[in-house]
Amino acid sequence: MSSAEVTRAPFDPAVLFKTAFLAVVAIFVLVPLLATLLGGFKSLGELRVNPFGWPTHWEWQNYADILFSARYWQLLRNSLIISTLTVILTLITASMAAFTFAHVKFYGSSMLLSYLTLGLLFPAATAVLPLFIKVRDLGLLDTYFGVALPQVAFSLAMSVLLLRRFFRDIPHELLEAALVDGCSYIKFFRYVTLPLSRPILATVGTITFVNSWNAYLLPLVMLNTDALYPWPLGIMIYQGEYSSEWHLILAFITLTILPTIILFLLAQKHIVAGLTAGAVKG
Amino acid sequence: MAIASPMGVAGETVPQAAVRGPSWDGRFTVLILFLPPALLLFTLFVVLPIGEAAWYSGFNWNGFGRPTNWIGFDNYRFVLETRAFWLALRNNGLIIAVSLAVQLPLALTLALMLAERFRGAVALRMLFFMPYILAEIATGLIFSFVYDGDYGLVASIWRTFGAEAPHLLASTDTAMLAVLIVIVWKYFGFHMMLFIAALQSLDKSLIEAARIDGATRSQALRHVVIPLLYPTIRLSVFFAIVGSLQLFDLVMPLTRGGPADSSNTMVSFLYNNGISRMRVGYGSAIGVILFVICVTFAFTYKRWFMRDE
Repeated sequence: MSSAEVTRAPFDPAVLFKTAFLAVVAIFVLVPLLATLLGGFKSLGELRVNPFGWPTHWEWQNYADILFSARYWQLLRNSLIISTLTVILTLITASMAAFTFAHVKFYGSSMLLSYLTLGLLFPAATAVLPLFIKVRDLGLLDTYFGVALPQVAFSLAMSVLLLRRFFRDIPHELLEAALVDGCSYIKFFRYVTLPLSRPILATVGTITFVNSWNAYLLPLVMLNTDALYPWPLGIMIYQGEYSSEWHLILAFITLTILPTIILFLLAQKHIVAGLTAGAVKG
Repeated sequence: MAIASPMGVAGETVPQAAVRGPSWDGRFTVLILFLPPALLLFTLFVVLPIGEAAWYSGFNWNGFGRPTNWIGFDNYRFVLETRAFWLALRNNGLIIAVSLAVQLPLALTLALMLAERFRGAVALRMLFFMPYILAEIATGLIFSFVYDGDYGLVASIWRTFGAEAPHLLASTDTAMLAVLIVIVWKYFGFHMMLFIAALQSLDKSLIEAARIDGATRSQALRHVVIPLLYPTIRLSVFFAIVGSLQLFDLVMPLTRGGPADSSNTMVSFLYNNGISRMRVGYGSAIGVILFVICVTFAFTYKRWFMRDE
């Protein structure tokens, strides 16, 4: 293949192929997203004849109606409450456990850690019926905690592993010196480990947040009251009600994925690092 | 640590000095305060339900009162006699096949293109990764619009050629194919990012050495870069298979597993037949089968393909 050798020639077929290939994939990814965004600005009639193009007449009303509805904000509020609860509880419980596994030697330490990592082996769905019955017996059915606590439990395995790997890089000598000087483990954790670990806490927090924000199955099983529904449940019901009024549904979809996209643009470093973290050897 | 391995973490040691520790009291306090919250939550909401699923799967039970109607292994027999179960299993197999045959080569090709620095490379990486962070529910709804026979993008393309627009999601012949395309759309960017991360941590001098020794670009790629990526390829395959076994959210807005169960995955089959009808025993049996598949797969895969990692 001689063309591969001439890498910087102006009419290199390899470069041409590469550009064309990337363009095709970019269109494949972008078109559904843009059509959704723009579709929300069209009337139903226009959507039918012109689903791809620019709206000839911009229907701001579709978006405005949703933005001024209590329903939309209630869905976001519920999602925000559940996700925040999940993130806070995950960070607290996982960082405490990870600290113990990283810096405190005790009998059975590696066994307990292996026990926790069993959580990575199977999806939450396998035991969701018994989980439902347990949550019901605990009186947590139809509460935010009934969704958040199982989510915390399922995010623990990955979170503890990521945090522990980071905590282990904090020199053990530092801890020993502090202990000799009369500092306790707990104070060391609070005033040294945690402040030094902000990047990994942000990463773990972001992945947990995104997973909880997008979750569908657990809230679907645990919640029965519309007023408590997070947005993935709410949007499915919305779609059921407006079945073929696609212009409204598209506007609703756009407004519910907007927070995710904004978060992604703000915290892309943490999101990419966190979600591909499994790939890096530890 | 990478993934899923209870074996991976065992055997590591905390520095010796910790064994002596300054005082047992101090360590005892941490152990008592710091471990129980995580262990308790994990045991209560992850481990116990699996055990209970095995127990409940022996009953014919609708979830109310206590389970009393013990029917032994009948639920498993009922599951295995259901045609929809085998369809769901086949669909999970199809998802894995498409992941390996389409998604993985696509992700790898894009990673090789985008790992280099050029204008727009970072923007394209982010664009391709974006579908991965969108909620499955939103993705499913977006594509149920794309596929919609009256208003959808596909229908509009069809009509420009003067053909009758198909209802892709409503036909048993095309529903699963439509779902598979969405799966590739949503997940290829994640696998691409795995490969980009791996490519960026590769030892560049190996590739340069090969080039100096006279290897062409494609030879260097085939004989140096790809072999160096094998661990990441194995990991990507692992994620693709685990992801297929968990897939649910995406299917619901698209087809709910239909029509006629033609696009169910294992989890949507579990939802449609166990959870939504509160057939606790039957649903638990499906759950246990899925659990056994996942665990068996994870351990075998680790043992066969990921021994060195």
